[in-house]
Amino acid sequence: MSRISLYIPLGVFAAILGLGYVGFDLGARNELPSALINKPFPEFQARLLDSPETTLTREDLLGRPTLINVWATWCPTCLSEHEQLMQIAASTDVVIVGVNYKDQPNKAKQWLAQYGNPYRWVLDDRDGLLGIEMGVYGAPETFLLDAQGDVIYKRVGDINPRIWRDELAPRFRQLGIAMAMGNTDVGANK
Amino acid sequence: MSLLGRSMRFGYIPNAFRRIAALVCVCVLPTGAVMAASQIDTFSFTDEVQERRYRALIEEFRCPKCLNTNLAGSDAPIAQDLRKVVYRLVVTQGMSDQEVRYYLQARYGDFVLYDPPFNAKTWYIWLVPIALGVLALFVLLRLVRGARSSATVLNAQQQERLQEIVGNTAGSSDR
Repeated sequence: MSRISLYIPLGVFAAILGLGYVGFDLGARNELPSALINKPFPEFQARLLDSPETTLTREDLLGRPTLINVWATWCPTCLSEHEQLMQIAASTDVVIVGVNYKDQPNKAKQWLAQYGNPYRWVLDDRDGLLGIEMGVYGAPETFLLDAQGDVIYKRVGDINPRIWRDELAPRFRQLGIAMAMGNTDVGANK
Repeated sequence: MSLLGRSMRFGYIPNAFRRIAALVCVCVLPTGAVMAASQIDTFSFTDEVQERRYRALIEEFRCPKCLNTNLAGSDAPIAQDLRKVVYRLVVTQGMSDQEVRYYLQARYGDFVLYDPPFNAKTWYIWLVPIALGVLALFVLLRLVRGARSSATVLNAQQQERLQEIVGNTAGSSDR
């Protein structure tokens, strides 16, 4: 064996170490990429939380960008992201649709009354079936749809100031969603 | 040899013992299996084939929330929901296994399949082991060849000694 080939095992060892170092450092390795990205949002029919006789379908989401937020009163992270959603609702003209996921309608209404309602509509998904159509596996999850009803972004976890600044705001700008003048950093310094 | 011996030794176990052993097997093992299988669901099946297909399918899919458990083995709410979905698709809607796979894959991605398809995103999962295997074979071949060539190099003194040792027999086999 030549001198150089003696170092091959060391090289392989270093490569494995490097792979582990990079692999275990990937923050998003527990996050499923959505199967819906760049695909049309699924067809659905869901009752509204505050008026069960009214149903909403996919057609109602077309024509302008929509932010769909899956939440529940049993989900503490949903409460911690709520303030950010309130700010997005107040400072942009995006339509925010809430999906009240596997929750009790009464609790949900009380929750919205207490903490504020950033949603244009809240869909009642108490059995989680709409959630399954959307590939939801926990709450909160947030989907951004363009005017054609295609999913262009999905966030698993909370919408926090960093996610707003780095992930959502640039996409809002791309989609041409009006945002409060000079205030594209909504909540970023909170 | 020892296997044979052991099975022969079974022949000497008194009949009563064998009967008890058989009874234990018949009574205990199936209850264990039934308990393990019915631990998590209360679905009723009228068709045995459907039930078998349902069980095979929930064994096959990965729970999206818990990463390293299948749907059958997880208590996560989403796994319970997805078991219900699989039940509905198989029993109520009469979907084929492949249709159920497509259904879940369309919603939860390749991730839910423990047996991932070969595509642009997953090629390395399939090819890296093969590449490593080829590499290992290559290294092994080189090692074997190296060992063989180094083993046959004898100096003059060793050659002499070798001749001394094999000298007698070498003559007889020399034709």
